[in-house]
Amino acid sequence: MDFDLMITSFPKLLGATVITLKLLLASLFFGLFLGLFFAILRLNKNIFINKFAYGYSYVFRGTPLLVQIFIIYFGLGQIEYLRSTVLWVVLKEPYWCAIIAFTLNTGAYTSEILRSAFQTIKPGIIEAGKSLGISNKIIFYKIQIPIAIRQSLPAYGNEIILMMKGTSLASTVTLMDLTGVAKYIISTTFKPIEVFIVAGGIYLFMTFIIHNVIKYLEKKYSFQQ
Amino acid sequence: MELLAFGKTGWGDELFYATLMTVAVSVTAMIVGFLFALIFTPLKLSKYKTLNFVGNFYTTVIRGVPELLVIYLLFFGGSGAIMYVASIFGYYEYIEINAFITGAVAIGIISGAYSTEVFRGAIQSIDKGQFEAAKVLGISKFVQFYKIIFPQMLRLAIPNLSNVWQITLKDTSLISVTGLVEIMRQSYIAAGSTRDPLFFYSFAAVLYLLLTYISMKLINKLEVKYSRGY
Repeated sequence: MDFDLMITSFPKLLGATVITLKLLLASLFFGLFLGLFFAILRLNKNIFINKFAYGYSYVFRGTPLLVQIFIIYFGLGQIEYLRSTVLWVVLKEPYWCAIIAFTLNTGAYTSEILRSAFQTIKPGIIEAGKSLGISNKIIFYKIQIPIAIRQSLPAYGNEIILMMKGTSLASTVTLMDLTGVAKYIISTTFKPIEVFIVAGGIYLFMTFIIHNVIKYLEKKYSFQQ
Repeated sequence: MELLAFGKTGWGDELFYATLMTVAVSVTAMIVGFLFALIFTPLKLSKYKTLNFVGNFYTTVIRGVPELLVIYLLFFGGSGAIMYVASIFGYYEYIEINAFITGAVAIGIISGAYSTEVFRGAIQSIDKGQFEAAKVLGISKFVQFYKIIFPQMLRLAIPNLSNVWQITLKDTSLISVTGLVEIMRQSYIAAGSTRDPLFFYSFAAVLYLLLTYISMKLINKLEVKYSRGY
Protein backbone atom coordinates (compact mmCIF):
# COMPACT_ATOMS: atom_id res chain seq x y z
CA MET A 1 0.00 0.00 0.00
CA ASP A 2 1.30 3.39 -1.04
CA PHE A 3 -0.30 5.73 1.47
CA ASP A 4 1.63 8.74 0.19
CA LEU A 5 0.03 8.34 -3.22
CA MET A 6 -3.40 8.05 -1.62
CA ILE A 7 -2.84 11.28 0.30
CA THR A 8 -1.41 13.23 -2.64
CA SER A 9 -4.07 12.06 -5.08
CA PHE A 10 -6.96 12.85 -2.73
CA PRO A 11 -7.09 16.65 -3.39
CA LYS A 12 -6.79 16.04 -7.16
CA LEU A 13 -9.66 13.59 -7.09
CA LEU A 14 -11.70 15.87 -4.88
CA GLY A 15 -11.22 18.69 -7.39
CA ALA A 16 -12.47 16.41 -10.15
CA THR A 17 -15.50 15.54 -8.04
CA VAL A 18 -16.74 19.09 -8.64
CA ILE A 19 -17.07 18.33 -12.36
CA THR A 20 -18.83 15.04 -11.60
CA LEU A 21 -21.30 16.88 -9.37
CA LYS A 22 -21.87 19.63 -11.94
CA LEU A 23 -22.61 17.04 -14.63
CA LEU A 24 -24.91 15.17 -12.28
CA LEU A 25 -26.89 18.18 -11.10
CA ALA A 26 -27.27 19.70 -14.56
CA SER A 27 -28.46 16.46 -16.15
CA LEU A 28 -30.81 15.66 -13.27
CA PHE A 29 -32.31 19.15 -13.44
CA PHE A 30 -32.96 19.08 -17.20
CA GLY A 31 -33.78 15.36 -17.11
CA LEU A 32 -36.55 15.88 -14.57
CA PHE A 33 -38.36 18.34 -16.83
CA LEU A 34 -37.81 16.14 -19.87
CA GLY A 35 -39.04 13.11 -17.94
CA LEU A 36 -42.14 14.94 -16.73
CA PHE A 37 -42.86 16.13 -20.27
CA PHE A 38 -42.62 12.63 -21.72
CA ALA A 39 -44.56 11.08 -18.83
CA ILE A 40 -47.42 13.45 -19.64
CA LEU A 41 -47.17 12.48 -23.32
CA ARG A 42 -47.32 8.81 -22.33
CA LEU A 43 -50.61 9.42 -20.56
CA ASN A 44 -52.05 11.12 -23.64
CA LYS A 45 -54.85 9.21 -25.32
CA ASN A 46 -53.65 10.03 -28.85
CA ILE A 47 -51.93 6.86 -30.04
CA PHE A 48 -49.23 8.66 -32.08
CA ILE A 49 -48.15 10.91 -29.22
CA ASN A 50 -48.27 7.92 -26.91
CA LYS A 51 -46.17 5.74 -29.22
CA PHE A 52 -43.67 8.55 -29.79
CA ALA A 53 -43.08 8.91 -26.06
CA TYR A 54 -42.84 5.14 -25.67
CA GLY A 55 -40.33 4.95 -28.55
CA TYR A 56 -38.17 7.62 -26.90
CA SER A 57 -37.99 5.81 -23.59
CA TYR A 58 -37.52 2.42 -25.30
CA VAL A 59 -34.58 3.57 -27.41
CA PHE A 60 -32.79 5.39 -24.61
CA ARG A 61 -33.33 2.61 -22.08
CA GLY A 62 -32.42 -0.12 -24.54
CA THR A 63 -29.05 1.21 -25.66
CA PRO A 64 -25.92 1.75 -23.57
CA LEU A 65 -25.24 5.29 -22.36
CA LEU A 66 -21.80 5.08 -23.99
CA VAL A 67 -23.38 4.75 -27.46
CA GLN A 68 -25.59 7.75 -26.75
CA ILE A 69 -22.64 9.93 -25.74
CA PHE A 70 -20.63 8.83 -28.77
CA ILE A 71 -23.49 9.53 -31.18
CA ILE A 72 -23.91 13.02 -29.78
CA TYR A 73 -20.21 13.89 -29.37
CA PHE A 74 -18.65 12.22 -32.41
CA GLY A 75 -21.71 11.65 -34.60
CA LEU A 76 -23.56 14.97 -34.64
CA GLY A 77 -20.41 16.92 -35.51
CA GLN A 78 -20.40 15.12 -38.82
CA ILE A 79 -23.57 16.80 -40.06
CA GLU A 80 -22.38 19.82 -42.07
CA TYR A 81 -25.59 21.73 -41.56
CA LEU A 82 -25.33 21.57 -37.75
CA ARG A 83 -21.86 23.10 -37.85
CA SER A 84 -23.24 26.32 -39.31
CA THR A 85 -26.03 26.76 -36.77
CA VAL A 86 -25.98 28.20 -33.27
CA LEU A 87 -26.23 24.64 -31.90
CA TRP A 88 -22.62 24.07 -32.85
CA VAL A 89 -21.46 26.37 -30.04
CA VAL A 90 -22.94 23.85 -27.64
CA LEU A 91 -22.18 20.65 -29.53
CA LYS A 92 -18.45 21.22 -29.97
CA GLU A 93 -17.97 21.25 -26.21
CA PRO A 94 -17.60 17.76 -24.69
CA TYR A 95 -19.03 19.14 -21.46
CA TRP A 96 -22.37 20.08 -23.04
CA CYS A 97 -22.45 16.94 -25.18
CA ALA A 98 -22.13 14.86 -22.03
CA ILE A 99 -24.90 16.85 -20.33
CA ILE A 100 -27.19 16.45 -23.36
CA ALA A 101 -26.58 12.69 -23.46
CA PHE A 102 -27.10 12.28 -19.70
CA THR A 103 -30.23 14.44 -19.80
CA LEU A 104 -31.78 12.40 -22.61
CA ASN A 105 -30.87 9.17 -20.83
CA THR A 106 -32.11 10.08 -17.38
CA GLY A 107 -35.16 11.73 -18.97
CA ALA A 108 -36.15 8.37 -20.44
CA TYR A 109 -35.87 6.56 -17.10
CA THR A 110 -37.54 9.41 -15.22
CA SER A 111 -40.47 9.42 -17.64
CA GLU A 112 -41.07 5.73 -16.90
CA ILE A 113 -40.85 6.30 -13.15
CA LEU A 114 -43.26 9.25 -13.27
CA ARG A 115 -45.65 7.48 -15.64
CA SER A 116 -46.04 4.53 -13.32
CA ALA A 117 -46.42 6.93 -10.40
CA PHE A 118 -49.24 8.77 -12.19
CA GLN A 119 -50.91 5.49 -13.03
CA THR A 120 -50.94 4.32 -9.42
CA ILE A 121 -52.92 7.39 -8.32
CA LYS A 122 -56.38 6.18 -7.42
CA PRO A 123 -59.07 7.50 -9.81
CA GLY A 124 -61.19 8.35 -6.77
CA ILE A 125 -58.83 11.15 -5.81
CA ILE A 126 -59.14 12.79 -9.21
CA GLU A 127 -62.91 12.25 -9.21
CA ALA A 128 -63.15 13.83 -5.77
CA GLY A 129 -61.31 16.85 -7.12
CA LYS A 130 -63.64 17.05 -10.10
CA SER A 131 -66.78 16.78 -8.00
CA LEU A 132 -65.52 19.66 -5.89
CA GLY A 133 -65.42 21.71 -9.07
CA ILE A 134 -61.64 22.06 -9.19
CA SER A 135 -60.32 22.72 -12.68
CA ASN A 136 -58.33 20.02 -14.48
CA LYS A 137 -55.19 22.14 -14.47
CA ILE A 138 -55.27 22.62 -10.71
CA ILE A 139 -56.09 18.95 -10.15
CA PHE A 140 -52.98 18.11 -12.13
CA TYR A 141 -50.64 20.59 -10.44
CA LYS A 142 -51.98 20.46 -6.90
CA ILE A 143 -53.16 16.85 -6.57
CA GLN A 144 -51.59 14.57 -9.15
CA ILE A 145 -48.04 15.95 -9.17
CA PRO A 146 -47.51 15.98 -5.38
CA ILE A 147 -48.82 12.40 -5.07
CA ALA A 148 -46.73 11.29 -8.03
CA ILE A 149 -43.60 12.80 -6.47
CA ARG A 150 -44.24 10.92 -3.26
CA GLN A 151 -44.85 7.66 -5.15
CA SER A 152 -41.77 7.94 -7.29
CA LEU A 153 -39.24 8.98 -4.65
CA PRO A 154 -37.72 5.53 -3.96
CA ALA A 155 -37.35 4.69 -7.66
CA TYR A 156 -36.07 8.18 -8.42
CA GLY A 157 -33.46 7.83 -5.67
CA ASN A 158 -32.12 4.75 -7.45
CA GLU A 159 -32.10 6.68 -10.71
CA ILE A 160 -30.03 9.49 -9.11
CA ILE A 161 -27.45 6.95 -7.95
CA LEU A 162 -27.40 5.26 -11.37
CA MET A 163 -26.95 8.65 -13.01
CA MET A 164 -24.10 9.52 -10.64
CA LYS A 165 -22.37 6.35 -11.77
CA GLY A 166 -23.27 7.20 -15.35
CA THR A 167 -21.40 10.51 -15.21
CA SER A 168 -18.18 8.48 -15.11
CA LEU A 169 -18.68 7.94 -18.86
CA ALA A 170 -17.90 11.62 -19.42
CA SER A 171 -14.26 10.57 -19.07
CA THR A 172 -14.54 8.78 -22.43
CA VAL A 173 -15.12 12.11 -24.19
CA THR A 174 -11.99 13.73 -22.73
CA LEU A 175 -13.68 15.29 -19.69
CA MET A 176 -11.59 15.05 -16.53
CA ASP A 177 -14.25 14.05 -14.05
CA LEU A 178 -13.59 11.87 -10.99
CA THR A 179 -13.18 8.69 -13.06
CA GLY A 180 -11.16 10.51 -15.71
CA VAL A 181 -8.65 11.82 -13.17
CA ALA A 182 -8.56 8.44 -11.41
CA LYS A 183 -7.73 6.73 -14.71
CA TYR A 184 -5.03 9.32 -15.42
CA ILE A 185 -3.40 8.76 -12.02
CA ILE A 186 -3.63 4.97 -12.41
CA SER A 187 -2.04 5.03 -15.86
CA THR A 188 0.84 7.27 -14.73
CA THR A 189 1.62 5.53 -11.42
CA PHE A 190 0.40 1.98 -12.12
CA LYS A 191 -1.05 1.75 -8.63
CA PRO A 192 -4.69 0.88 -9.40
CA ILE A 193 -5.71 -0.37 -5.95
CA GLU A 194 -4.73 2.76 -4.04
CA VAL A 195 -6.44 5.08 -6.51
CA PHE A 196 -9.51 2.84 -6.64
CA ILE A 197 -9.85 3.00 -2.86
CA VAL A 198 -9.72 6.82 -2.81
CA ALA A 199 -11.92 7.42 -5.89
CA GLY A 200 -14.31 4.61 -4.96
CA GLY A 201 -14.50 6.05 -1.45
CA ILE A 202 -15.57 9.43 -2.81
CA TYR A 203 -18.24 7.81 -5.00
CA LEU A 204 -19.49 5.71 -2.08
CA PHE A 205 -19.66 8.82 0.09
CA MET A 206 -21.84 10.52 -2.53
CA THR A 207 -24.04 7.42 -2.81
CA PHE A 208 -24.37 7.41 0.98
CA ILE A 209 -25.48 11.06 1.05
CA ILE A 210 -27.97 10.68 -1.82
CA HIS A 211 -29.39 7.55 -0.17
CA ASN A 212 -29.94 9.34 3.12
CA VAL A 213 -31.40 12.48 1.59
CA ILE A 214 -33.95 10.37 -0.30
CA LYS A 215 -34.73 8.43 2.85
CA TYR A 216 -35.32 11.71 4.70
CA LEU A 217 -37.58 13.03 1.92
CA GLU A 218 -39.52 9.78 1.82
CA LYS A 219 -40.18 10.07 5.53
CA LYS A 220 -41.11 13.74 5.22
CA TYR A 221 -43.59 13.19 2.41
CA SER A 222 -45.03 9.89 3.62
CA PHE A 223 -48.79 9.72 4.09
CA GLN A 224 -48.63 8.47 7.65
CA GLN A 225 -47.07 11.22 9.67
CA MET B 1 -25.63 0.35 -47.32
CA GLU B 2 -22.30 -0.57 -48.92
CA LEU B 3 -20.60 0.33 -45.66
CA LEU B 4 -22.31 -2.71 -44.16
CA ALA B 5 -21.37 -5.11 -46.96
CA PHE B 6 -19.83 -8.43 -45.96
CA GLY B 7 -16.29 -9.16 -47.10
CA LYS B 8 -13.31 -6.87 -47.55
CA THR B 9 -15.18 -3.81 -48.76
CA GLY B 10 -17.66 -3.36 -45.94
CA TRP B 11 -17.95 -3.67 -42.18
CA GLY B 12 -20.88 -6.11 -42.15
CA ASP B 13 -18.98 -9.24 -41.18
CA GLU B 14 -16.80 -7.41 -38.65
CA LEU B 15 -19.85 -5.98 -36.94
CA PHE B 16 -21.55 -9.38 -37.05
CA TYR B 17 -18.64 -11.02 -35.23
CA ALA B 18 -18.48 -8.07 -32.83
CA THR B 19 -22.14 -8.67 -31.99
CA LEU B 20 -21.39 -12.32 -31.29
CA MET B 21 -18.52 -11.16 -29.05
CA THR B 22 -20.88 -8.87 -27.12
CA VAL B 23 -23.27 -11.77 -26.60
CA ALA B 24 -20.41 -14.07 -25.56
CA VAL B 25 -19.05 -11.57 -23.03
CA SER B 26 -22.53 -10.87 -21.64
CA VAL B 27 -23.33 -14.55 -21.20
CA THR B 28 -19.94 -15.28 -19.60
CA ALA B 29 -20.30 -12.25 -17.33
CA MET B 30 -23.79 -13.35 -16.32
CA ILE B 31 -22.47 -16.83 -15.42
CA VAL B 32 -19.54 -15.34 -13.48
CA GLY B 33 -22.11 -13.10 -11.77
CA PHE B 34 -24.18 -16.14 -10.78
CA LEU B 35 -21.09 -17.73 -9.23
CA PHE B 36 -20.48 -14.56 -7.21
CA ALA B 37 -24.15 -14.46 -6.24
CA LEU B 38 -23.96 -18.10 -5.16
CA ILE B 39 -21.18 -17.17 -2.74
CA PHE B 40 -22.51 -13.85 -1.48
CA THR B 41 -26.25 -14.54 -1.18
CA PRO B 42 -25.76 -17.04 1.69
CA LEU B 43 -23.39 -14.53 3.31
CA LYS B 44 -26.02 -11.79 3.16
CA LEU B 45 -28.62 -14.12 4.66
CA SER B 46 -26.24 -15.48 7.29
CA LYS B 47 -26.90 -15.17 11.01
CA TYR B 48 -23.30 -14.23 11.71
CA LYS B 49 -22.49 -10.52 11.72
CA THR B 50 -19.03 -10.86 10.15
CA LEU B 51 -20.32 -12.89 7.20
CA ASN B 52 -23.18 -10.47 6.87
CA PHE B 53 -20.74 -7.58 6.72
CA VAL B 54 -18.70 -9.24 3.95
CA GLY B 55 -21.85 -9.80 1.88
CA ASN B 56 -23.12 -6.27 2.39
CA PHE B 57 -19.68 -4.80 1.69
CA TYR B 58 -19.55 -6.48 -1.71
CA THR B 59 -23.00 -5.39 -2.88
CA THR B 60 -22.74 -1.87 -1.46
CA VAL B 61 -19.31 -1.11 -2.90
CA ILE B 62 -19.97 -2.55 -6.35
CA ARG B 63 -23.39 -0.95 -6.68
CA GLY B 64 -22.12 2.41 -5.42
CA VAL B 65 -19.02 2.75 -7.58
CA PRO B 66 -19.13 3.41 -11.35
CA GLU B 67 -18.70 0.36 -13.58
CA LEU B 68 -15.92 2.09 -15.48
CA LEU B 69 -13.84 2.43 -12.30
CA VAL B 70 -14.18 -1.30 -11.57
CA ILE B 71 -13.11 -2.07 -15.13
CA TYR B 72 -10.06 0.19 -14.84
CA LEU B 73 -9.13 -1.50 -11.54
CA LEU B 74 -9.19 -4.94 -13.15
CA PHE B 75 -7.66 -3.79 -16.42
CA PHE B 76 -4.67 -2.12 -14.78
CA GLY B 77 -4.51 -4.23 -11.63
CA GLY B 78 -5.63 -7.65 -12.86
CA SER B 79 -2.38 -8.96 -14.28
CA GLY B 80 -0.43 -7.44 -11.37
CA ALA B 81 -2.59 -9.33 -8.88
CA ILE B 82 -2.26 -12.61 -10.78
CA MET B 83 1.50 -12.14 -11.04
CA TYR B 84 1.71 -11.49 -7.31
CA VAL B 85 -0.17 -14.72 -6.58
CA ALA B 86 2.01 -16.57 -9.09
CA SER B 87 5.18 -15.22 -7.46
CA ILE B 88 4.15 -16.88 -4.20
CA PHE B 89 4.21 -20.16 -6.07
CA GLY B 90 7.60 -19.35 -7.56
CA TYR B 91 6.55 -18.17 -11.01
CA TYR B 92 8.13 -14.87 -12.00
CA GLU B 93 7.43 -14.54 -15.73
CA TYR B 94 5.16 -11.78 -17.05
CA ILE B 95 1.53 -12.88 -17.24
CA GLU B 96 -0.92 -11.08 -19.45
CA ILE B 97 -4.63 -11.79 -19.08
CA ASN B 98 -6.54 -11.42 -22.30
CA ALA B 99 -9.15 -8.72 -22.70
CA PHE B 100 -12.03 -11.17 -22.86
CA ILE B 101 -11.32 -12.62 -19.41
CA THR B 102 -10.68 -9.20 -17.86
CA GLY B 103 -13.92 -7.87 -19.34
CA ALA B 104 -16.05 -10.87 -18.47
CA VAL B 105 -14.75 -10.94 -14.89
CA ALA B 106 -15.15 -7.18 -14.41
CA ILE B 107 -18.71 -7.14 -15.73
CA GLY B 108 -19.34 -10.43 -13.89
CA ILE B 109 -18.38 -8.88 -10.55
CA ILE B 110 -20.81 -6.02 -11.26
CA SER B 111 -23.70 -8.19 -12.42
CA GLY B 112 -22.98 -10.54 -9.49
CA ALA B 113 -23.75 -7.73 -7.04
CA TYR B 114 -27.12 -7.12 -8.69
CA SER B 115 -27.87 -10.87 -8.90
CA THR B 116 -27.04 -11.25 -5.21
CA GLU B 117 -29.65 -8.64 -4.33
CA VAL B 118 -32.21 -10.33 -6.58
CA PHE B 119 -31.61 -13.79 -5.07
CA ARG B 120 -31.69 -12.42 -1.54
CA GLY B 121 -35.02 -10.74 -2.20
CA ALA B 122 -36.42 -13.88 -3.84
CA ILE B 123 -35.38 -16.19 -1.00
CA GLN B 124 -36.76 -13.79 1.59
CA SER B 125 -40.13 -13.69 -0.12
CA ILE B 126 -40.53 -17.49 -0.04
CA ASP B 127 -43.09 -18.51 2.54
CA LYS B 128 -41.51 -19.45 5.86
CA GLY B 129 -43.73 -22.53 6.04
CA GLN B 130 -41.76 -24.06 3.18
CA PHE B 131 -38.58 -24.09 5.26
CA GLU B 132 -40.40 -25.39 8.32
CA ALA B 133 -42.23 -28.12 6.40
CA ALA B 134 -38.92 -29.32 4.96
CA LYS B 135 -37.42 -29.38 8.44
CA VAL B 136 -40.37 -31.28 9.89
CA LEU B 137 -40.13 -33.89 7.13
CA GLY B 138 -36.49 -34.40 8.06
CA ILE B 139 -35.17 -33.30 4.66
CA SER B 140 -31.48 -32.44 4.73
CA LYS B 141 -30.44 -28.81 4.23
CA PHE B 142 -28.83 -29.59 0.88
CA VAL B 143 -31.90 -31.29 -0.60
CA GLN B 144 -34.10 -28.63 0.95
CA PHE B 145 -32.23 -25.93 -0.94
CA TYR B 146 -31.97 -27.67 -4.32
CA LYS B 147 -35.39 -29.32 -4.45
CA ILE B 148 -37.62 -26.93 -2.55
CA ILE B 149 -36.18 -23.45 -2.19
CA PHE B 150 -34.21 -23.09 -5.43
CA PRO B 151 -37.06 -23.87 -7.88
CA GLN B 152 -39.40 -21.47 -6.08
CA MET B 153 -36.69 -18.85 -5.86
CA LEU B 154 -36.07 -19.07 -9.61
CA ARG B 155 -39.67 -18.26 -10.43
CA LEU B 156 -39.63 -15.19 -8.22
CA ALA B 157 -36.19 -14.11 -9.44
CA ILE B 158 -36.67 -14.36 -13.21
CA PRO B 159 -38.38 -10.97 -13.79
CA ASN B 160 -35.65 -9.18 -11.83
CA LEU B 161 -32.89 -11.27 -13.38
CA SER B 162 -34.12 -10.10 -16.75
CA ASN B 163 -33.34 -6.54 -15.58
CA VAL B 164 -29.88 -7.69 -14.46
CA TRP B 165 -29.35 -9.22 -17.90
CA GLN B 166 -30.28 -5.94 -19.60
CA ILE B 167 -27.87 -4.03 -17.36
CA THR B 168 -25.11 -6.59 -18.02
CA LEU B 169 -25.67 -6.45 -21.78
CA LYS B 170 -25.41 -2.67 -21.80
CA ASP B 171 -22.42 -2.65 -19.43
CA THR B 172 -20.40 -4.76 -21.85
CA SER B 173 -20.14 -1.66 -24.04
CA LEU B 174 -17.81 -0.25 -21.37
CA ILE B 175 -15.16 -2.92 -21.81
CA SER B 176 -14.45 -1.47 -25.23
CA VAL B 177 -12.03 0.78 -23.28
CA THR B 178 -9.81 -2.26 -22.67
CA GLY B 179 -9.58 -2.96 -26.41
CA LEU B 180 -11.81 -6.03 -26.63
CA VAL B 181 -13.42 -5.95 -30.08
CA GLU B 182 -17.14 -6.00 -29.32
CA ILE B 183 -19.87 -3.85 -30.89
CA MET B 184 -18.67 -0.56 -29.41
CA ARG B 185 -14.98 -1.10 -30.18
CA GLN B 186 -15.70 -2.30 -33.73
CA SER B 187 -17.90 0.74 -34.36
CA TYR B 188 -15.10 2.95 -33.04
CA ILE B 189 -12.63 1.33 -35.45
CA ALA B 190 -15.07 1.52 -38.37
CA ALA B 191 -15.98 5.13 -37.54
CA GLY B 192 -12.30 6.05 -37.41
CA SER B 193 -11.38 4.53 -40.74
CA THR B 194 -14.44 5.66 -42.70
CA ARG B 195 -14.91 9.01 -40.93
CA ASP B 196 -18.57 8.23 -40.57
CA PRO B 197 -19.14 8.05 -36.80
CA LEU B 198 -22.81 9.06 -36.97
CA PHE B 199 -23.71 6.05 -39.10
CA PHE B 200 -21.67 3.48 -37.21
CA TYR B 201 -22.62 4.57 -33.70
CA SER B 202 -26.27 4.73 -34.72
CA PHE B 203 -25.92 1.26 -36.17
CA ALA B 204 -24.35 0.10 -32.89
CA ALA B 205 -27.38 1.51 -31.08
CA VAL B 206 -29.64 -0.48 -33.41
CA LEU B 207 -27.65 -3.66 -32.71
CA TYR B 208 -28.02 -3.14 -28.94
CA LEU B 209 -31.74 -2.49 -29.34
CA LEU B 210 -32.03 -5.69 -31.35
CA LEU B 211 -30.21 -7.66 -28.66
CA THR B 212 -32.36 -6.26 -25.85
CA TYR B 213 -35.51 -6.87 -27.90
CA ILE B 214 -34.64 -10.50 -28.67
CA SER B 215 -33.61 -11.25 -25.10
CA MET B 216 -36.84 -9.72 -23.78
CA LYS B 217 -38.85 -12.10 -25.99
CA LEU B 218 -36.82 -15.12 -24.82
CA ILE B 219 -37.08 -14.17 -21.15
CA ASN B 220 -40.84 -13.74 -21.45
CA LYS B 221 -41.07 -17.32 -22.68
CA LEU B 222 -38.94 -18.48 -19.76
CA GLU B 223 -41.17 -16.60 -17.36
CA VAL B 224 -44.25 -18.35 -18.71
CA LYS B 225 -42.51 -21.71 -18.41
CA TYR B 226 -41.52 -21.23 -14.79
CA SER B 227 -44.79 -19.78 -13.61
CA ARG B 228 -47.00 -22.58 -14.87
CA GLY B 229 -49.15 -23.85 -12.06
CA TYR B 230 -49.55 -20.34 -10.63
